[in-house]
Amino acid sequence: MKVPYSWLKEFCDPGIPAAELAELISMRAVEVERVSTVGPPSADGFVVGYVVSAEQHPNADRLRVCVVDDGEGERTIVCGAPNVATGQTVAVALPGAVMPGGQKLGKAKLRGVESAGMILAEDELELGTDHEGIMVLAEGEGAPAPGTPLAEVLPIAQEVLELDLNPNRSDCLGIYGVAREVHALTGAELKPPPWSEDAEATGSGSADDLARIEVEVPDLCPRFTARAFENVGMGPSPLWLRARLLAAGQRPISNIVDITNYVMLLVGQPLHSYDLDQVAGGMLVVRGATDGEKITTLDGNERVLDSEMVVICDEKGPSGGIAGVMGGRDSEVSNSTTRVLLEAATWNGPNILRTSSELGLRSEASTRFEKQLHPELTIRAQRVASKLICENAGASLLPGTIDVAIEPPATHVIALRSERTEAILGVPIPVGEAEENLTRLGFGVEREGDGLRVEITPERHFDVTREIDLIEEVGRLNGFDRLPRTLPAHGERGGLTRGQALRRRIEDDMRDLGFDQAISWGLVSPAVFDALRLDAADSRRHAVRVSNPLSEELSAMRTTLLGGLLDAARRNLAHGSERASVFESGRVYLPERAPGDGTSESGAFPGALRAPDREPHRVAAIVVGPLGPATWRGKSEAADFFTLKGIVETVASGLGAEAECAPFEGASVPRTPEEGRDVRAGAQPFLHPARGASVSFGGVEAGWLGELHPSVSAAWDLPAAVAFEFDVAPLIAAAPAGDEVYEDLMTHPALLQDIAVVVADEVPAERVVGVVREAAGELLRSAEIFDLYRGEQVPSGHKSLAVRLEFRARDRTLTDDEVAPVRAQVAEALGGIGGSLRE
Amino acid sequence: MSAKDRIEELKAEGTAAIATAADSATLEELRVRYLGRKSELTSILRGIADLPPEEKGPVGSGANRARKTLEEALDVRKSQLESGELDRSLAAETIDVTLPGTPPVRVGHIHPVTRTRREIEDIFIGLGYQVAEGPEVEHDYYNFTALNHPPGHPARMVQDTFYVDPASLPGDVVTREGLPPGPRDVLLRTHTSPNQVRSMEAHEPPLFIIVPGTVYRRDTMDATHLPMFSQVEGLAVAEDITLADLAGTLQEAARALFGEERETRLKPDFFPFTEPSVQVDVSCFRCNGSGALPSGERDGVCKGTGWIEILGAGMVDPNVFGFVKEHGYDPERVQGFAFGMGVERIAFLKHGVPDLRMFYENDARFLGQFS
Repeated sequence: MKVPYSWLKEFCDPGIPAAELAELISMRAVEVERVSTVGPPSADGFVVGYVVSAEQHPNADRLRVCVVDDGEGERTIVCGAPNVATGQTVAVALPGAVMPGGQKLGKAKLRGVESAGMILAEDELELGTDHEGIMVLAEGEGAPAPGTPLAEVLPIAQEVLELDLNPNRSDCLGIYGVAREVHALTGAELKPPPWSEDAEATGSGSADDLARIEVEVPDLCPRFTARAFENVGMGPSPLWLRARLLAAGQRPISNIVDITNYVMLLVGQPLHSYDLDQVAGGMLVVRGATDGEKITTLDGNERVLDSEMVVICDEKGPSGGIAGVMGGRDSEVSNSTTRVLLEAATWNGPNILRTSSELGLRSEASTRFEKQLHPELTIRAQRVASKLICENAGASLLPGTIDVAIEPPATHVIALRSERTEAILGVPIPVGEAEENLTRLGFGVEREGDGLRVEITPERHFDVTREIDLIEEVGRLNGFDRLPRTLPAHGERGGLTRGQALRRRIEDDMRDLGFDQAISWGLVSPAVFDALRLDAADSRRHAVRVSNPLSEELSAMRTTLLGGLLDAARRNLAHGSERASVFESGRVYLPERAPGDGTSESGAFPGALRAPDREPHRVAAIVVGPLGPATWRGKSEAADFFTLKGIVETVASGLGAEAECAPFEGASVPRTPEEGRDVRAGAQPFLHPARGASVSFGGVEAGWLGELHPSVSAAWDLPAAVAFEFDVAPLIAAAPAGDEVYEDLMTHPALLQDIAVVVADEVPAERVVGVVREAAGELLRSAEIFDLYRGEQVPSGHKSLAVRLEFRARDRTLTDDEVAPVRAQVAEALGGIGGSLRE
Repeated sequence: MSAKDRIEELKAEGTAAIATAADSATLEELRVRYLGRKSELTSILRGIADLPPEEKGPVGSGANRARKTLEEALDVRKSQLESGELDRSLAAETIDVTLPGTPPVRVGHIHPVTRTRREIEDIFIGLGYQVAEGPEVEHDYYNFTALNHPPGHPARMVQDTFYVDPASLPGDVVTREGLPPGPRDVLLRTHTSPNQVRSMEAHEPPLFIIVPGTVYRRDTMDATHLPMFSQVEGLAVAEDITLADLAGTLQEAARALFGEERETRLKPDFFPFTEPSVQVDVSCFRCNGSGALPSGERDGVCKGTGWIEILGAGMVDPNVFGFVKEHGYDPERVQGFAFGMGVERIAFLKHGVPDLRMFYENDARFLGQFS
């Protein structure tokens, strides 16, 4: 809302600079975005001049050489306007004046004649749009004296307060509403409202004789008022009116249209004018549109309507326009109009909002109507507009107002308790102050006990409906900025949950292990699922989808973090980096039933209604190239499966848990018939079929780990890459971190023995360790593989695994002799998987 | 020359030679020459048996003394030479200590949004708040209805909110009314505020929580708008929480985030689920509230106003309590405040990031600037 300060002052003049007022309004009422100036930045150098003579320029047909009296003396000004003539009083810019747009006027030679200034047209001062000729302020008697500052004659250099209104303050969508607010803020006198006087009805007959109104949808049109005017003289508006419209951001069109706009800006109620002779049958019907119904609006565009929209029809059809949004072309006023029907109606706010957004058509009218205006405003607008039309278009108002309305909403009368005010705000507000401020807002206020009884005005009817709303009014007018700063006195304990704290640990560990944290879009393109080679049966293709996405690129909720990591890796490699290591800690969104219990890590959230989907928290990472830094000592090796497995294990052990990696479940399928080695059918489609594993914590499968399938890497323009992704909930559940119990490992030291196990290549290391553990029994505390050998020392097709065994007993220090039988059991058990101990 | 004199001569000569031996090899030569099996001193000792009895004693003891003296001299010189040689050989092992270190890993970086979110969490944890979480795919009921958004409220428009295709949800999802989800019943939450109601349903007052999380708005991406971003919601409900408490709490938070000398101010604002509603501004940390830089230029961070808008807040609207009345939230008995701040916005202000999109490009050149 643009509020020209000069217009505001007509109703309430606080006597302070615009910037100071803007600050006050921002702090106590509504945000003032800026104070701008319409016209030149300053009125200095603009004066009234008198054209002493105007003669043809010797060297140019279209120019006149004028001698102008500027009050101090005579000066020569070359002027290009066809209408300049001797005896005119005109607006003059002297050299040194700064024009709108910032250009400083100087002396100039025009075709050999020096010109010391400029005679102005209205558009050059942003007072109007006319550039046909210069403004003639007066001719002959009564003209302002030459040298009079132009600002005393015309609203040049107008300061405009630009309000950024919240939807609840529709009262400030009119200048008078802002004036009332300024009155409340400053106490400066508020002039009577512009609707306190009505026009005299001098026309013959009555409005009812000329027009009839029928409202078929009273819930969507609670009030429709109309007045009729005859003998209307169409033409331009007077300069002062055009200047105000321009300053408020409205383009002048014609006197009748300008007046409807002017009244809308003043009162906050939009109006619409019809050429009564173009309203077929003299009848307007307000009805619901039909699906597919078409109408051509004022702007010349054809609009296709639906059945939730409201149209205004005459006998021929929906020529009146789209209710509350824009008038129809067929019934609009034109230069030949002589009879006008003036509409001021009340519409249903949400319905207007829906219509204007469905049609992509927002207008000054719709932005006001969508906030829900009070029916009382219609009559106010009719009164102000009627006077202006009679005064400025020579029209006569016909007696009577056509008024089709349902029962207006009952006035709110609200009790305001002083103690409640203090309890909410935290400071007492003297009842006298509250009474005065609410009265200034126009509310009817009476004392009631030690509180107030407040009757709310129509313009605040939809905003102030309860005691709490009055407390807001009292609080803001006292100044929220003046509130003391206190802290609640409460005995509540703050903190992270264990899951939240451990999630932070995981993130920090990933950082320390060499990964940058990425945050990717939760919304992804479904094309990612193809690029990840997910087949039709893969549940990860069945994502939660948005029905109104901005684009296909952001239309499905991610079901894996891998896509975002691949994007991040690609981006970094594309920018010249030779390596990338990024991780993400975030949710995926699975169309599954949300757990009712558990933790937020697994997607169980507080509240009576479960989440519509399941949103487990995951950690995932990708590495392309080496994880370690290249130094002057040389380059690190590119990260591979085991590097990343080591990362997962380190992160788990950082929380005191163990990561378990296993070949994917499922039936074996031969990779190649010749080799006879196999891969698992349950492998992830985006992983290398022979270099991937499942990841579990505490026996619960949580995710996967592996080298990416070459065609997946290629789809992201990457060389070989390794990645993992797992749910954090099982890891956190398996983590004893913080709950460890001390064990004495010092009194009886461990006995360490190394063994070398020779087994066939295809026997997994995990199996070997498993057999060793089982055979060794309780005395064995750990068995760690520390070497892998293939070569001359072992038969072909076999490998040798070196395993360090740690034996320990709680109550004694073990000896080699005591352990020897265990060793024998291990050797025997290994025989069961075709293995033997290499001595 | 008597044997005795010769012994003294050898001792003097040998001691002098040993004391000036230049290196270990010379010293070894001297040891062989004076103390070796073929040395003169050794032959003297060997020949003692042939000496007259009265000479045996003095020559023998003299020779042994000389031998001992020479051995000591050799030891002394040997250790002198060795330590010099170690010094020389260590000196030859010089390394260039100015070469860069070779860390076992290149330490990565926590995302600035995560870091800022944690910073906010920690401030409120210190003020006695718990950290709650809620779903991003959410029911209209929590996102709008129970937050006092009337039907037809502008925020509910398909132009502003992402709605979820009900066909893409599991079959047994139900909305509040017990109906399967319709085209507008499930959405991507537009703010973290749904968790006000979720948390109040789950916990009786007093309740002090913050809720960090990702939210979605149907905004086209540009330097200051993202369709997805992060917020931190705050909610404090007890019997006696006031707007002044909100002012004090947010001033503490603003000072913790932007510096102890910061001031805050509250201005009227509007949100459907708070009343009164306020906007909270913090005095500009760049120009210290003056609006101008030391050079006299207008400060671009606060646009020359000296103040920066950081969040929206207010007292919980009684209508919101009305939705959780049966969970112990009678609006005549409890009251409280709520606030919501944008994490990216705070990170963007704190770190002077020019374009919000940078937070989601995951470019190492950007991430690497934050630790």
